[in-house]
Amino acid sequence: MNKQILIAGFGGQGILFSGKFLAYEGLIDGKEVSWLPSYGPEMRGGTANCSIIISDEKIGSPIVDKPDVLIAMNTPSFDKYITEINPGGQVFVDSSLIEKKSERDDIEAHYIPATQLASEKNLSGLANMIILGMFIKHSGIIPFENIEKAMKKVVSAKKPQLFDLNMEAIKLGYEYEG
Amino acid sequence: MSEKVLMKGNEALAEAAIMAGCKHYFGYPITPQTEVAAYMSKRLPKIEGGVFLQAESEIAAINMVIGVSSTGKRVMTSSSSPGIALKSEGLSYLAGCDLPALIVNVQRGGPGLGGIQPSQSDYFHATRGAGHGDFHMIVLAPSSVQEMVNLTFKGFDLGDKYRMPTMILADGTMGQMMEPVSLDLGEVTKYDKPWALTGTNGERKPNIVNSLFLKPEELEQFNFDRYKRYAEIEKNEVMYEEYKMEDAEYCIVAFGVAARVSQNAIDEARKNGIKVGMIRPITLWPFPKEVLNKAADKVKAFISVELSMGQMIEDVELSIRCKKPVLLCNRTGGMIPTTKNVLDSINEAVNYGGAK
Repeated sequence: MNKQILIAGFGGQGILFSGKFLAYEGLIDGKEVSWLPSYGPEMRGGTANCSIIISDEKIGSPIVDKPDVLIAMNTPSFDKYITEINPGGQVFVDSSLIEKKSERDDIEAHYIPATQLASEKNLSGLANMIILGMFIKHSGIIPFENIEKAMKKVVSAKKPQLFDLNMEAIKLGYEYEG
Repeated sequence: MSEKVLMKGNEALAEAAIMAGCKHYFGYPITPQTEVAAYMSKRLPKIEGGVFLQAESEIAAINMVIGVSSTGKRVMTSSSSPGIALKSEGLSYLAGCDLPALIVNVQRGGPGLGGIQPSQSDYFHATRGAGHGDFHMIVLAPSSVQEMVNLTFKGFDLGDKYRMPTMILADGTMGQMMEPVSLDLGEVTKYDKPWALTGTNGERKPNIVNSLFLKPEELEQFNFDRYKRYAEIEKNEVMYEEYKMEDAEYCIVAFGVAARVSQNAIDEARKNGIKVGMIRPITLWPFPKEVLNKAADKVKAFISVELSMGQMIEDVELSIRCKKPVLLCNRTGGMIPTTKNVLDSINEAVNYGGAK
């Protein structure tokens, strides 16, 4: 297995954080992983993206330009990367921020109003984890059982309340029927 | 073995330096290496005798490095391309005084202020012209976060062993990416430093650390002696890794992130029956001349893959004494060659001179 994942959106949406969580999930599952962020001024309000690779083999390039899975959290990212997804791949779309639908018939598209759900359920700022929950369910790349262990690695021990909120957000996305 | 942790290259490198016994860091922030300084600013004040100092400039930082190194302590500084250029005078003084120090360059695009995206265009600076005068630094090129760690640890040893500055020549990708790393680095080797300025206690003649020699005969002799040490390094310390070279007809030469991309291209090309492999220099100085020269008797062509307008390619050509064609596959200014760029160059090599 070698899965190339791209998470893309605005700076401030928690793109890099959810990517780090995914990488830890892979690591705990005994896989080779890499995580590469876009960096610099892009992070401050512009577009942010993060390449994650989870693989059984030693990873070559850490750069994902042809993703197997795209998690799109704003329209510019959707437009930029939808055509780049490998045939047979998947796209996960935050439908509260992206009105467009995928017109490709060779990829699988999932839609979830993650940002809207986050504000409705008092999980403000956690749309990233809600959409990640849906990704975990439908991609089959990483086992759901590991999420608590991975979350412990990425949430600061000084802020235990964030642990629960993040877990709640992931479960919400995991159980979402859309 | 301890559990692997996920760390950013810059932070992993900083932790490895601390584990190597480096308690002194002087630097100045610049993207994409700022995490090294940030990490040191958190960790070093908590270590007994640890000093983190954000200098007023890169030039000040490198001169503080010279000062600490003179006392025999392990010391480092880090920066990115334009900041490293500012340190050049100090690098030459370190070499001239025969002082060890670890210098980290997490390269970004140039020239001038350039950009902030990854680059390898300081290859010439690191291997040829890090400052004025006859001298070399040992130059190490990591191509994974684990190597950021291992080469930092080793870099301090090499510096102490040969009394000279060692440079980690990384790029923005290596600094910014996260990969699982093991921090099991073993014991720190202690080196005798009878030359260090530690105070005489009135019991010995004072040591002098100096790079000024007004008698040319004397300076010439110092340079001759230093180059004898360099010859030893060239004999003993060359590091490289081969990838699928056993049956290779074409040989990619690449380091850092370029080697990672090349690995993908090699796997892809082999699916189409093209026998291509890679020699990845880990030491850029000393350069793995011999292994390349031997490969030249076997392969049909070389491809130098670089994030520059073509700098390492000169060392490849020199190493193989121009016995075989050397093609260049490059992007510059902060752009990284894609797998497709490398594949195109492999195909070009296969079709070179009309041969199939």
